[in-house]
Amino acid sequence: MAMSLRNYSDKKSVGVIGIGSFGAAIANLLAEKSSVIVYARDQEVVDEINERHTAKGRALTPTIRATTDPQLLCESCDTLFPMISSSGFKEVMGLFAPFLHPYHYLIHGTKGLVLNLPPGKTLDNVTKLRRENLCTMSEVIQNETVVVRVGCLAGPNLAKELAQKQPAATVVASRFNEVIHEGQRLLRGDNFQVYGNSDIIGVELSGVLKNIIAIAAGALSGMGLGENARGLLVSRGMVELIYLGKAMGGSTKSFIGLAGIGDMVTTCNSTLSRNFTVGYRLAQGETLDAIVSDMDEVAEGINTVRLIRLFLESTDLRAPITENLHKVLFQSFKVETALQYLMKYPFNVDIDFL
Amino acid sequence: MTDDYIKHQYAPILPKKDEWPVVKLSKNRKEFLNKVTEASVARILRHTGNQVHLLKEELETVLYRERLRLKQNPWLVDPDNEPAFWAKVKSSLLGIGVENTLTDAERKAAYIAILESIVRRYVEEIAGNFKHSHYKATRRIVTYGFSRLLNTARVKGFKSFFSTQYTLQDKIQIIGETDQIRELASKGTIVMVPTHFSNLDSILIGWTISTLGLPPFIYGAGLNLFNIQIFAYFMNALGAYKVDRRKKNMVYLETLKTYSSEAIQFGCHSLFFPGGTRSRSGNLESRLKLGLLSSAMEAQRVNYQNGITDIGGKIFVVPVTINYHFVLEAPSLIHDHLNLTGQERYYKESDEFSNSYKISKFLVKFFTKGSDISVSIGKAMDIMGNYVDAEGNSRDRAGRIIDCRDYFMSNGQLTVDTQREEEYTKALGSRIVEEFHKINRVFSSHLVAFTAFNMIKKANKKLDLFSLLKVPEEDISIPYDQFRAKCLRVLNRIKELKAEEKLHMAPHLNVDIDQIIAHGLENVGMYHAKRPLIKNQNNEIVTEDMNLLYYYHNRLDGYELEKLFR
Repeated sequence: MAMSLRNYSDKKSVGVIGIGSFGAAIANLLAEKSSVIVYARDQEVVDEINERHTAKGRALTPTIRATTDPQLLCESCDTLFPMISSSGFKEVMGLFAPFLHPYHYLIHGTKGLVLNLPPGKTLDNVTKLRRENLCTMSEVIQNETVVVRVGCLAGPNLAKELAQKQPAATVVASRFNEVIHEGQRLLRGDNFQVYGNSDIIGVELSGVLKNIIAIAAGALSGMGLGENARGLLVSRGMVELIYLGKAMGGSTKSFIGLAGIGDMVTTCNSTLSRNFTVGYRLAQGETLDAIVSDMDEVAEGINTVRLIRLFLESTDLRAPITENLHKVLFQSFKVETALQYLMKYPFNVDIDFL
Repeated sequence: MTDDYIKHQYAPILPKKDEWPVVKLSKNRKEFLNKVTEASVARILRHTGNQVHLLKEELETVLYRERLRLKQNPWLVDPDNEPAFWAKVKSSLLGIGVENTLTDAERKAAYIAILESIVRRYVEEIAGNFKHSHYKATRRIVTYGFSRLLNTARVKGFKSFFSTQYTLQDKIQIIGETDQIRELASKGTIVMVPTHFSNLDSILIGWTISTLGLPPFIYGAGLNLFNIQIFAYFMNALGAYKVDRRKKNMVYLETLKTYSSEAIQFGCHSLFFPGGTRSRSGNLESRLKLGLLSSAMEAQRVNYQNGITDIGGKIFVVPVTINYHFVLEAPSLIHDHLNLTGQERYYKESDEFSNSYKISKFLVKFFTKGSDISVSIGKAMDIMGNYVDAEGNSRDRAGRIIDCRDYFMSNGQLTVDTQREEEYTKALGSRIVEEFHKINRVFSSHLVAFTAFNMIKKANKKLDLFSLLKVPEEDISIPYDQFRAKCLRVLNRIKELKAEEKLHMAPHLNVDIDQIIAHGLENVGMYHAKRPLIKNQNNEIVTEDMNLLYYYHNRLDGYELEKLFR
């Protein structure tokens, strides 16, 4: 098995780490041009991919192969795409670290944050978080491995639409032009456009922070509100995202690009989005625990709200949407109460960040 | 790294001077300068995309700036034929412009010839002039001369002048990874990056290098220092090459980087002050000038390109901090810092190091009175900021050996990517700053200055920095008991930081707090006419110069210690 994978092609393969819905969509896109090897932790999933060419029921291009062996993946591929949820990201990178070398490129597609606290501290015994306590995935990669040439994928990329080969675009962000070029070479296709951006932190944060607004958008829909309310939320949400994003080291330009506005509009309008669904079902009266327990993939926004609320404590920023969403998610506030509060909040300047 | 200083006789790692890279280089001087000229010209042509009109524009810019410099900011060291040279460049440029009979190829060749003449002139100016006899003489002056002064002051009695009880190593303490740097210097090439507070640093580092038994390092010294004869002598002896801060044109900067890169490739150990100039504010450097660092990055890549993959071609970056109680130039440095907003383009050099007499006077004072200095040698890193082991292998955080060459690989090939190297250089810069903070050594004087300044700041909460510095000195006093309590708090936090290996402490901080404070007050800026901090008869801590207090306080900036004063 291992040998057959090694000899799979003269050219090096491209690796995908994790095969959730987004991972599967990216693996299929990559498989149009390259031989692709997928890493999954469960032998069952690997067998399913190798024998039936599906991953948890999602169709995969038949040439895609899978393995449970990180070493094999690292040796067969120069470029790897980690596509795992933020909760498992650090651990998986730790698993790969012994086999990664400085010549590897890592381009991730994870839109969450990882907590980075000193020993002895946990989320339950800190009152605030500072920027250095929060890591984007590119920062996790650099902390856990020797890889420096890191990139990320972000943009309006709903997995179900990508799987149907509908036209779409993504942003590959990296401080290294060579990583952007490699991402473009591997991903660009007839129906898939790839833009470059050198502000990786800004692009990562766009993807992370827009999930908060997506939950709020879902909540508005769940309450039966219409397009005026959504328009209001998206534009105020954008302002909030830009303030938070700048405080965390991103640049305004990135937030008004494809990965920022583009992704935000898509996610806030889509019932396909997990984060949107969380908000929708909350407004319908379900509890957070109930919602989380029957979702098969993580809605990153929930964790993001919790972390960002603590981050706000260490800054002078106000982020009313995030703060009120936190009350709804974790302090059993009613969605209606939170909304009333927001309507009374003294926003008076429309745009003051440009 | 231990806090104890190491007084030790180090045998030279290369006993025969003919084996010294810098001696080899000076023997092959002509050949080497030709190589640098050639490489610089090629590099500049690459920058202009080999386009004739861009090259022409570049040459015109150089000419314009150089003529402006000659007019506005001439220096003693400038050669007499400068105006003639640039007049000739001007007429040549004009000549090519009006000559209609030239073919495109001839025109290009003519411009390249002008470029080459400028580059050659720059290379000749930059190149050091290492003379072994001078080096030996300098070393003798420094070690013997100064230890005579030292012993005269410290050993009482008739025979004091001939005593050898104290050596320079008692005055200037060397601590840290001394064995590692010796080991690695014999295997690969060292790039030493020290903090820069005083013009004395160059001599101090030169002495440190020779005391550690290392062959001389080459380093870029500001051309302005060569205005002062005593420095010019020392610098030439220590292998300095010249860096002219007035010349900011692309041709000069590229030539300078090429010179440095080629010298490193030649195997010369090098020294950069990565802060560029002396720290004006008294802070540890937080933003580095990346130009010369990038030449180390490039040299490493070229070595790999040339197939030198063993340790002989490896470059080791060694951060060094120099710790003082007293910086002679502090008053003018802090004055500049507060006045200037980063505009140092035509900055006039006028400070205490302005002539040989003042320096000699200072040196006598320095060696006959107290005030110790320590030099901390940090752990060696590769060009990506990974620590290296005794054999020179780069290690990742888990201790796994990593191959530095892999950083320059893409899709299985070693590739040249200047954008990549720029990013790498930035990352290396931040790693060096991080190491500076770790190996920085806290002195009693830093502690008292930091505590006093923050107490004054807190008492005048409403004032911004500039208003605070304008508060009349006679309006400021701190009762000793309060001061003592705060010092103790800061000291305790420093001890915690030390336990976390985030900084180092001088052994004189291991006594009781009253002694530490007394020691600190005695030493902080001790030779300034106006003392930054003293205790008056009413048992109060007062300052005679707020700016200086601010300057010495800055040394402990960057550890978040100010939070203790909220």
